[in-house]
Amino acid sequence: MTLAEKILAAHTDKKKVSPGEFINVRVDLILANDITAPIAIREFQRIGVDKVFDPKKVVMVPDHFVPNKDIASAEQAKLMREFAREQEILYFEVGQMGIEHVLLPEQGLVLPGDVVIGADSHTCTYGALGAFATGMGSTDIAAAMATGDIWMKVPPTIKLIYHGNLGKWVSGKDLILYTISNIGVDGALYSAMEFVGEAIDTLSIDSRFTMANMAIEAGAKAGLFRVDNKTQLYVKSRAKRPYLVYEPDNDAEYSQVIEYDVSLLEPQVALPHSPANTKPVSQVENIDINQAVIGSCTNGRLEDLRIAAQILKGRKVHPEVRCIIIPGSQQVYLDALVEGLIEAFIKAGAAVSTPTCGPCLGGHMGVLAAGERCISTTNRNFVGRMGSPKSEVYLANPAVAAASAIMGRITSPGEILG
Amino acid sequence: MLKGKVHKYGANVDTDAIIPARYLNVSEPAELAKHCMEDIDRDFVKKVKPGDIMMATTNFGCGSSREHAPLAIKAAGISCIIAKSFARIFFRNAINIGLPLLECDAAVDKTEAGDTLEVELYSGRIKNLTRGMEFTAKPYPKFMAELISAGGLIEYTRKRLASREII
Ligand code: SF4
Repeated sequence: MTLAEKILAAHTDKKKVSPGEFINVRVDLILANDITAPIAIREFQRIGVDKVFDPKKVVMVPDHFVPNKDIASAEQAKLMREFAREQEILYFEVGQMGIEHVLLPEQGLVLPGDVVIGADSHTCTYGALGAFATGMGSTDIAAAMATGDIWMKVPPTIKLIYHGNLGKWVSGKDLILYTISNIGVDGALYSAMEFVGEAIDTLSIDSRFTMANMAIEAGAKAGLFRVDNKTQLYVKSRAKRPYLVYEPDNDAEYSQVIEYDVSLLEPQVALPHSPANTKPVSQVENIDINQAVIGSCTNGRLEDLRIAAQILKGRKVHPEVRCIIIPGSQQVYLDALVEGLIEAFIKAGAAVSTPTCGPCLGGHMGVLAAGERCISTTNRNFVGRMGSPKSEVYLANPAVAAASAIMGRITSPGEILG
Repeated sequence: MLKGKVHKYGANVDTDAIIPARYLNVSEPAELAKHCMEDIDRDFVKKVKPGDIMMATTNFGCGSSREHAPLAIKAAGISCIIAKSFARIFFRNAINIGLPLLECDAAVDKTEAGDTLEVELYSGRIKNLTRGMEFTAKPYPKFMAELISAGGLIEYTRKRLASREII
């Protein structure tokens, strides 16, 4: 069995599961946010049970439209907050929260070997820790809150092997953008992706979160990494319960094996309006930008902010660019503050905000007008994703976004720092 | 038996196109329906009649997990969606809320926007009345068929809880 199959099988009463099989899976954690929870709560109430199956295994995070941007979104957040209190489930209020996919691993709520389902498509982020994590809809979450399990079809696994060492300014974001452009936005439809190879071994946990996060952008159900020393180091201090590490079998069957040599890979930029519309940064230079966003569940972690600060420190954001930096969680915010990163951002002329999804989904904190262009470390550049359907979003890593913020046009960090 | 006019789209219609995130500060289906498809087809809401059928090529509904997407389409009056393939989460969501989906390459290739179709869900038979052609969609896997005939996931769960068939 592959890593995905091993974890799934361990959460059923079966010894073995195979791709295509419909199974009932016990879940270790269920997640919803201020957009998806209201519908999940409505459907949960229709089932006719009073209590969630286990309050310690359900978590709700207000992150999309908070601190609330308008009355309607405040009503949705209130509904979720009241349900969370009544059910005594895990809940993180503004001031303690973070973007869900930054927050949950950081709080030790997601651990290797877990099955996690979330009413948010980027739930697949937790695959970075060797968990099987997948996004579903609100009704699925409602059913699972009642029963503690959910039906799934076992996905086939695509193994992606990355050979070589990564060049300067190249990160997990570039590997995943390159992969999506290579296999397409439906290249991994219904499948699990398993990321391996030397380039992956050397990748930081933060960069692995970025890659797993965007597995959904290739249509995947999950994107998984094997657990190594780095993973153990990350989870050891955070875990408050025991966890199990699964390894794929030597004779595991993969539906596809794809190999890349990434030693010469440049930082990548995804042009509007698809994450698969990717080019090396050297081929998209000289595109003027109005805004640069550094944050989100893709690239709002401490490593991302450190990289951005390396470039922004002692320099100035271009006078015609709004540079918006959003730490992914209160902890990331605090760490960045203590390390002096926030000071560097503010001195450079960037706006720094409390954690929120904000501009990533065109919610608030940086919505684009018609004709405006933004370089962003987020994960989607669909039509209208960050505001006007006539605006444009270019996806890149934090180094490229920071360098572009300074130059006022898309550029490689090499132009500034060599 | 469903019958309606076809609204046809291309590949990779994403959930931000179906219902832009700026409207997700509410969750009432009727409110969502007012903005359905707005960024890629401004007139959809004006054109659509109850019972109409939506059609697309591959990977329909890719992107976010927002159940608001199938809810908006359903509340706009669409009776079913026929495509060559659907994004995974969208597929679950639609089935869960009782919006039927059919996968059929031939029907998509041979049908134009504005054609009238007649669809029989359980047999998967699709008739193009405008062109006098007939197609058969891929059958649902057994489990999915059970889920649909139970009346969606909430009803199915209610029955499971009643029979205590929880692992
Ligand atoms: S940061 Fe963006 S992609 Fe991530 S959960 Fe928030 S809205 Fe979704």
